[in-house]
Amino acid sequence: MREMASPEQLEQAVRGRFPDVCHESPEIFGIPTLWVEPDGIVDICAFLKEDPALRFDYLMSLTAVDWSDRFDVVYHLYSIPLKHYITLKLKVDRQSPAVPSVVSVWKAADWQEREVYDMFGISFEGHPDLRRVLLEPEWEGYPLRKDYGESAEPERKSTS
Amino acid sequence: MIRTEEIQINMGPQHPSTHGVLRMILRLDGEVVVDGQPDIGYLHRGVEKLAENRTYVQFVTLTDRTDYLSAMLNNAVYAMAVEKLMNIEVPERAEFIRVIMMELNRIASHLVFIGAFSLDLGATTPFLYAFREREDIMDLFEMVCGARLTYSYIRPGGVMRDLPASFDEKARAFVKKMPSRLDEIDDLFSKNEIVLIRARGVGVISAEDAVDYALSGPNLRGSGVPFDLRKDQPYSVYDRIKFDVVTQPTCDCLGRYLVRTGEIRESLKIVEQALDMLPAGEYTAKVPRALKPPAGEVFVRIESSRGDLGVYLVSDGTSVKPYRLHWRPPSFINLAAVRQMVKGWKVADVVAILGSLDIVLGEVDR
Repeated sequence: MREMASPEQLEQAVRGRFPDVCHESPEIFGIPTLWVEPDGIVDICAFLKEDPALRFDYLMSLTAVDWSDRFDVVYHLYSIPLKHYITLKLKVDRQSPAVPSVVSVWKAADWQEREVYDMFGISFEGHPDLRRVLLEPEWEGYPLRKDYGESAEPERKSTS
Repeated sequence: MIRTEEIQINMGPQHPSTHGVLRMILRLDGEVVVDGQPDIGYLHRGVEKLAENRTYVQFVTLTDRTDYLSAMLNNAVYAMAVEKLMNIEVPERAEFIRVIMMELNRIASHLVFIGAFSLDLGATTPFLYAFREREDIMDLFEMVCGARLTYSYIRPGGVMRDLPASFDEKARAFVKKMPSRLDEIDDLFSKNEIVLIRARGVGVISAEDAVDYALSGPNLRGSGVPFDLRKDQPYSVYDRIKFDVVTQPTCDCLGRYLVRTGEIRESLKIVEQALDMLPAGEYTAKVPRALKPPAGEVFVRIESSRGDLGVYLVSDGTSVKPYRLHWRPPSFINLAAVRQMVKGWKVADVVAILGSLDIVLGEVDR
């Protein structure tokens, strides 16, 4: 088994391989964090998973944050054999939010992407079964958006 | 010629073996499951949205209500996230008290698993035995914080109050008697031929698939992957305590059961060591009444009874309320793998497989 990589080595490895789509970002509590262009996310994830020195086999968490002018999609990755972390972030346009799906890389992305779609309305292109997971299919609006529920009428349909 | 066709059957949302309100949409060819899709959300309360309208302190009580069978662990992961964000140092005594509470809660949760899983497989007796032992832990918790299920005992900074004087004695008495009681329960379960036939070799998920689905906790260790955050990314004072990570190579329902019974024994060891090492001192750090963390974000995870429990907490630095809180629930992610796991098994096996995953719908739906 190889040694775990230091945050700097991790960052170098990814940015060296994908100089066009990866941008520097400060470490967060010792975890390397990279801003990634949405177009490059699938390739980068596949590289992170397959590279024998990185082996990010475990998609810990996939979620989003609404910053009112944009969405951030946040991927927290972990390597079970090498015990190191990396965080990837994407900036997504709030008008027509869409990101390529990483289900082809980790099956764990399936429900987590559905949850982000359910709560933020970000669509994941290439997802095999993108539909709401927690809320009912008829639900209107995306509750975790910051402007959800600002209109006087609640955005839910009556069931009667 | 006989014409056959697949039928669709709803298992749940009101079904005794779905451990809450879970609907499984099964497509069956005779008795064989062609496809089994979980339909969830019946218990969805919007915890993540509620967090944005609560102060950091108020949210503690909501953490009790996600995985309500291991509320101490939920309290702990949230407290740790806030502490990391605000750079609060927790006194050593509080850390040891936390470890004691978390491990007792893990035992209680695994006992519920043994009881419910036995019921799923048609064995009623182990349920009563498991709940009898769990009662002792509930009494200990009640003594410590007054509550039996929703504790809110572990809070940012430390714990709510110090241990009562008689806690040490009662906790030690429990640790002493539990191994023989567990043998008793285990005999009822793992020496029962019917239970073994229904659990052995059923619901197999390979180690590779388990990791790909980001399974965690006893479900992942039941597939032979020795991943335990208490060892791999030690938090609190786990690095000073000796215990083993329990794994089983069989990848089946029985393996997942055996991991959990093994973990009860390991947790007892941890509780005993923590009681021995418990230092004197403060039970909480000095924490301001209104918590207002600086702008930033943090991802904190612990090994809960159900696996890798994480909290992603974002602060914008201007508010006493979280800007964004994401709960990474092990049950939700473990349940996502069930569709693959039930394929090709019989309807009765679906009950066994779901039971072996030990999901809590409060945590799945949040």
